[in-house]
Amino acid sequence: MDDRITLRLARYRPEEEAEPTFEEYEVPCRKDWVVLDGLNYIKDQLDGTLSFRWSCRMGICGSCGMTVNGEPKLTCETFLTDYAPGPVRIEPLQNFPVIRDLIVEMTDFMQKLTTIKPWIVRDEERPLAEGEYRQTPDEMSEYMQYSMCINCMLCYAACPVYSLDPKFIGPAAIALAQRYNLDSRDEGSGERLDILSQHEGIWACTFVGECTEVCPKDVDPAGAIQRYKLDAALTSLKSFLLPWGAR
Amino acid sequence: MSERPTYTPFHPRWYRPPVSTWWWLKRPSSRAFILRELSSIFVAWFVVFFLLLVAAVGRGEAAYQEFLRWATNPGSVLINLVSLLFVVFHAVTWFNLAPRAMVVHIRGKRVPGKLIAASNYGAWVVTSILVAWIILAGSR
Repeated sequence: MDDRITLRLARYRPEEEAEPTFEEYEVPCRKDWVVLDGLNYIKDQLDGTLSFRWSCRMGICGSCGMTVNGEPKLTCETFLTDYAPGPVRIEPLQNFPVIRDLIVEMTDFMQKLTTIKPWIVRDEERPLAEGEYRQTPDEMSEYMQYSMCINCMLCYAACPVYSLDPKFIGPAAIALAQRYNLDSRDEGSGERLDILSQHEGIWACTFVGECTEVCPKDVDPAGAIQRYKLDAALTSLKSFLLPWGAR
Repeated sequence: MSERPTYTPFHPRWYRPPVSTWWWLKRPSSRAFILRELSSIFVAWFVVFFLLLVAAVGRGEAAYQEFLRWATNPGSVLINLVSLLFVVFHAVTWFNLAPRAMVVHIRGKRVPGKLIAASNYGAWVVTSILVAWIILAGSR
């Protein structure tokens, strides 16, 4: 089998050009090849100057997110044969500044991620001698779905709210906040709510639902945000009706 | 690597693709989303229409007849028909999305999303029948 397919790659070399241009490369179109295999073939055989991020090749590390024919995709699980006879257009993830070729700048996301405290927050840490915090399988299943996030940022690339207002804290960060809020061992939901109930938090989301559509791990960030809105509304209603009650 | 990396939103070398005003035309799902947002205008129109009706009834028989004449002219009927379509679209998409926001547990088990959507639709039908009954019973 010697089918071939053309990849149209967005190239951006900031030292040479002011904006991205497209270059075409022809690669083998094998049944078991994903877009990332095509990119690695180009890097190895055709043009060593091509830059892109990748690591695990199995949908776990979340590094190889790119725009394939206009859709945000993990290139390690997007098969070339699904796009035959081609050409396939490959661009960097949308809504992020492009550093070079297919590489985007993601510090914005990383900083937002830390603001929601994505770790187990305790009012008072128990001494180690008292052992681990235990949890039943039912308690774990409450947050399991949201813990599948691999920080690939496809949801940010798909989100029109984030593209129009880059201050929006974004789908993955809010879904991860829910992952810890719903964890029976966590006591930090109040602290997270202070950050997420701001304008750039949950209320900026207009429920387009694209984040959930593109999520490769079925995290459902859109659902997480709407659940959060309901919780936040109930919390503020409770504190209005019962101002003396602790949150 | 002891220093924290600093984020400069407007780095001179980074390329920031501009967002087109027509970004929402590209994907069917964004078009549906914009239509749903737009439907709020028609929901607001229905509220205004209803308030005008209440005001006309309050001003007496003559004002009410005048309102009916205005409400039955082809222009008003057309606006209300388009509004009805948008309001139904708004309601249906809203109820379809409801299971995503509402997570209900009964006896420790999570209620399936379809049941939550169905109960929302059920409440809609019951309310509609109730309102229709009040209006129709009153008009006899």
